[in-house]
Amino acid sequence: MAVRSRTREAVNNAGGLSLNVEGTGWFRGHSWPVHVALWLAMMVILFPMAYAALVATQTNAEVFRFQLTPGTGLADHFDQVWNDRNLGRYMWNSTVQAVLVTAAKTVLSLLAGLAFVYFKFRGKWIVFFFVLITLMMPTEVMILALFRFVSFLGWKDSMAALVVPFAASATGAFLFRQHFANLPRDLAEASQIDGASPFQFLFRILIPLSWNAIGALAVIQFVFVWNMYLWPVLIISDQQEQVIQVGLQGLQGIDTGLTFGPLMLAALLASIPPTLVFIALQKPFMSGFALGADK
Amino acid sequence: MSGSLQLVLSLIVGAAIGVLSYGYRTPRQAALGGALGVLGTGAISAALGFCMYAADAESTEGVLGIALGAAFAWMFGAGTRAVLNRPGEGSGVGGGGFGESQIRTGAYRLGWWWPWLLLSPTLIILVFFLYWPAFQTFRLSTKLTRLGAPRVGERCLANFSELLIPQPVLVATLPLVAVGLIWGIGLWQRRSNPDSVGYSVARILRPLGPLVLLLALYFIFEDVNGGYRRIYLNTVIISVGTVALSMAFGLGLAYLTFRRIRGVTVYRTLLIWPYAVSPPIAGILFFMIFNATGGVVAALSSRWGIDFPDYTQNASLARMTIVLASVWKLLGYNLLFFLAGLQTVPRDQIEAAALDGANAWQRFRTVVLPALGPISFFLLITNLTYSFFDVYGTIDFLTKGAPAGATSVAIYEIIRVGVDNGDLGRGAAQSVVLFLAVIALTAWQFNQSEGRINYGGA
Repeated sequence: MAVRSRTREAVNNAGGLSLNVEGTGWFRGHSWPVHVALWLAMMVILFPMAYAALVATQTNAEVFRFQLTPGTGLADHFDQVWNDRNLGRYMWNSTVQAVLVTAAKTVLSLLAGLAFVYFKFRGKWIVFFFVLITLMMPTEVMILALFRFVSFLGWKDSMAALVVPFAASATGAFLFRQHFANLPRDLAEASQIDGASPFQFLFRILIPLSWNAIGALAVIQFVFVWNMYLWPVLIISDQQEQVIQVGLQGLQGIDTGLTFGPLMLAALLASIPPTLVFIALQKPFMSGFALGADK
Repeated sequence: MSGSLQLVLSLIVGAAIGVLSYGYRTPRQAALGGALGVLGTGAISAALGFCMYAADAESTEGVLGIALGAAFAWMFGAGTRAVLNRPGEGSGVGGGGFGESQIRTGAYRLGWWWPWLLLSPTLIILVFFLYWPAFQTFRLSTKLTRLGAPRVGERCLANFSELLIPQPVLVATLPLVAVGLIWGIGLWQRRSNPDSVGYSVARILRPLGPLVLLLALYFIFEDVNGGYRRIYLNTVIISVGTVALSMAFGLGLAYLTFRRIRGVTVYRTLLIWPYAVSPPIAGILFFMIFNATGGVVAALSSRWGIDFPDYTQNASLARMTIVLASVWKLLGYNLLFFLAGLQTVPRDQIEAAALDGANAWQRFRTVVLPALGPISFFLLITNLTYSFFDVYGTIDFLTKGAPAGATSVAIYEIIRVGVDNGDLGRGAAQSVVLFLAVIALTAWQFNQSEGRINYGGA
């Protein structure tokens, strides 16, 4: 069914919802001291990664000689981490996990937000409270019991163990609830008069108006899942199913035979996907956080 | 004391604390508070299987049982009040009120099952993968059980009492004194005239309350032969250091990048970048800097003739390295949120202050800092959560708890005891302790920030 004029009008009224972090400052005066300070801060903050990039190219002998120019080991290291150590496999597993969790969380949170904002039902407050309280329940404090339960389900060494427990979150439900509550009231009324079902309303009206919030949630979730460490350490023991953060462990090894170059190269490679997601979704990420401000 | 009498006593204490924490302005409110208190005490007693009221329970367990019941009564009362009674003024970055006025009346009038259909996937996952393991954590904490072994023994609260000093009276009174002090100072400040000397004294004394509480907790944890006290100390040092430094530097950087200068977007993007790097990789990067054989710090200092100590051999150096890596990782996140928070600073007030001749520091202190209050509280809690849990990956790659357990924080110890040693019951008891800390901190955040929800993290 086509979205008719009334709805479109309401959508137009909802324009300019997001507030951008790219705001203006209020400081006057010379800007060169600020540039100097920012350059210094950048050098300090980027130093660990820059140094790791340098070491990634060096053999152990070059590292110990404290050589400040790129070394000769890069191709060798790449071959070692990618082919011998199976880094690609780990990164693929992490990518699948991150995409699945992000997608599931976004969909479930959108549905929950829809129910909380556009429906009236008995016990809404209790359900709301029930979801809200989970903000106080980080997975880590119950990780032993979760480990036992997921093992009992027979999900050890499976993608299900990495995805299903994290598919819903209070954070996402509240983000969308808050976002929907700030949209103009007449959206839902207009859409109802047009005869659209809740799902049509969600997909045709709400989602197109929520890209900033979705983008912000996607960055948070992707980075959160990609960086997950403790849970896969416990639940995944099969190296073929392992995720990237735990896979790095094999490269650090025990003191004997530690080569710095491959470890640094692997750490840098493992940081690429979340960085790409962060850069690609930077705009919605930045403005998604400011939603609701000045309103 | 007989078991059932003790249960009744515990429930009465719970009801009283429920009334105190929920409110007693009207009889109805007081009744609801009492009910919430009884519910809280009952819930924790049921989760622990009522074992501390059994006829053969030790007196330590009885005291601990009443204390745990009281803690849960307070949580239920204060938590419900924080959630329900706050005005919903849904503004501010990274949060919004969730009072009743926020919820619009439902627009769709379809079958009653519609909202339940939409909510069911979320609810099912929360029940099975959050509520059920949370309940099981409490169950496990009273057991003697090994990972993968079917045999289960009952330990009741012995798993908890081993973490504490063997004087139950001190265990009960020390935290009570601290909480009383916090409450008293707050009351003093509220009751006194904002212009009076007493008000300023109370304001200055205010940070003393949490400090005394931290100290009281230090003294109630067992000290002898590898007791929990050193784990508590590690956790406090590492998390306080991480939170204080990352917030201070994050605010400084946000202040620097919140202006219209050339290339500011590039600066911001590069400075926020470490947010995308994982805690284990932060550990690896700092391992490369501080490692005694191949690290850049060791190489540089030996070139200048200094013998830089190995951080894995020196307790404070090891803790400092963990803190540095965590601060580095958190800076970008804090910068981002402080930038968003600076947007909410009233511009006209800054200009008015500038016209009145206030210098940059005065403008910052009187206008900017107060406006950043809510976002600072939000960041305080997310940073604390980071330094409680996510720091695990950093520690695992940097020190593995060395030297001699000086960098083993609460979550690291839970895994060491529960998984590496396979002692699920003791690990679960430590999890409950950490759980209580998280709940207390979140409740405190709710109270301080007028019920803003945090959106960060998981």
